[in-house]
Amino acid sequence: MRWLSRLFEFVGKIGLFSLRVLIDWLKPPLEFAQFSRQLAEVGNKSLALVVVSGFALGAVMTLHTRSTLVTFGATAMIPAVQAVSFFVEIGPLVAGLLLAGRVGSGIGAVLANMRASEQIDAIESLSIDSFKFLVVPRVLACVIALPFLTLFMDFAGLLGGFLSEELSSHIAPALYLNRAFDYLQWSNFIAPTLKTAVFGFIIGSVSSYFGYTTDKGAQGVGEAATNSVVVSSLLIIVADVLLIKCIFFLFPDTAI
Amino acid sequence: MITNHSVAVEFKRVMKSFGTKHVLSDVSFQIGHGQALCLLGRSGTGKSVTLKMIMALMRPDSGEVWVDQDNVVGMGEHRLSLVRKKLGYLFQDAALFDSLTLYENLALPLSRLTKKTKDEIDDVIQRVLDDVGLGTEGAKYPAALSGGMKKRAGLARALVLEPKILLADEPSSGLDRITASEIDELLTRRKTEHGTALIIVTHDVHGARRVADKVAVLDKGNLVAFGSVEEVSQSDNDVARRLITE
Repeated sequence: MRWLSRLFEFVGKIGLFSLRVLIDWLKPPLEFAQFSRQLAEVGNKSLALVVVSGFALGAVMTLHTRSTLVTFGATAMIPAVQAVSFFVEIGPLVAGLLLAGRVGSGIGAVLANMRASEQIDAIESLSIDSFKFLVVPRVLACVIALPFLTLFMDFAGLLGGFLSEELSSHIAPALYLNRAFDYLQWSNFIAPTLKTAVFGFIIGSVSSYFGYTTDKGAQGVGEAATNSVVVSSLLIIVADVLLIKCIFFLFPDTAI
Repeated sequence: MITNHSVAVEFKRVMKSFGTKHVLSDVSFQIGHGQALCLLGRSGTGKSVTLKMIMALMRPDSGEVWVDQDNVVGMGEHRLSLVRKKLGYLFQDAALFDSLTLYENLALPLSRLTKKTKDEIDDVIQRVLDDVGLGTEGAKYPAALSGGMKKRAGLARALVLEPKILLADEPSSGLDRITASEIDELLTRRKTEHGTALIIVTHDVHGARRVADKVAVLDKGNLVAFGSVEEVSQSDNDVARRLITE
């Protein structure tokens, strides 16, 4: 029973922390300089990882799909399968998990290091609200950057899939794109992409929580980085299940 | 005893515990504007906690902490931010912001807490950096500074808002004697030229003798001696006497 009460305590603390993020979000000052800096950190510096991963994943997925669809004589469906699976699920989820690893660990470690080296106390001592200055811009940057990074992942995956298919069947780019988007509706595309904003909020809040609240000095830096990745990834997967149900409820046509 | 209007910092029966460990037990003292107080004591006796309570980065379990006629215990964030503008804090390892240059570290409080123009901010930063001997280092990041330079940079940031009270946590730790004495000179100059009250946590008795008007000795959470260096060196308390004389 003790672990259960600790679990509830932990959930409550993260919940209150996230609630404070939402409240402070709307309060002036907007910390635009910090937000721009964090957006560059989260967005620009993750772009190569997302694009290369998407490209490789797209190519590999096409190779696997082809070997299965050849059996049924349905290779013409490869672009559609590729597009639907990437835009609806693989792109958003993998982008979320990749960012949980790269950005989540970074946020957790940086804030924990700032706590251990008294930089957060120094910010407070300068009459600056450290939560608003450090946490809110990071969470906001994750929320804004993730949908855009997901788009890059989706299209990189499509490109990887096309090149892989082109090498096998010499399909023309126009025909590939035509077949790819034949089965996609806007609701297939917009809702799953926007759900990554929620993933971004999870990554930003959870990682900031572990970094900002640590009190274990240098040891806390490693712990914060690890916990940020593990808990963010876990919550993203759980949130994905819930969000898919919400999307199906709001856009019944997308439920195949 | 200091007359009430000139009190810079006063502790009244302050107690603080972490779990079962009593860090401060019923500690009371006061220091006036333009005076320097050195807090001495063995490691883990609550010296840094005392500084953090003055800055309201930590709250006592009971008692009152007065900063320039305001009790900061239980004070709301808005009023606290006004009180903090009167205080400067030199952290033990300087606590400079890694991601900002030295110039940006100093510009941050000036741009947020004052209405100075960019040119005025540049002038203030250059003057403060010149004062601490880092006039040409503004473009460097903290990682590129030596230990002594970091301490000076931390001091520059603590002074950039012209605080009435300066808190310094081991300003000379890890420094050679010459650099340590230069830091002490900077602190003393601040006190004599600007009337800044200094509260310094230190293990450096030589430095304390140079800078302090008053010395407070903490041992196992208790204030065991308080007075001038001469008074404390003749204290009945063995720890206090040994800390000052050995």
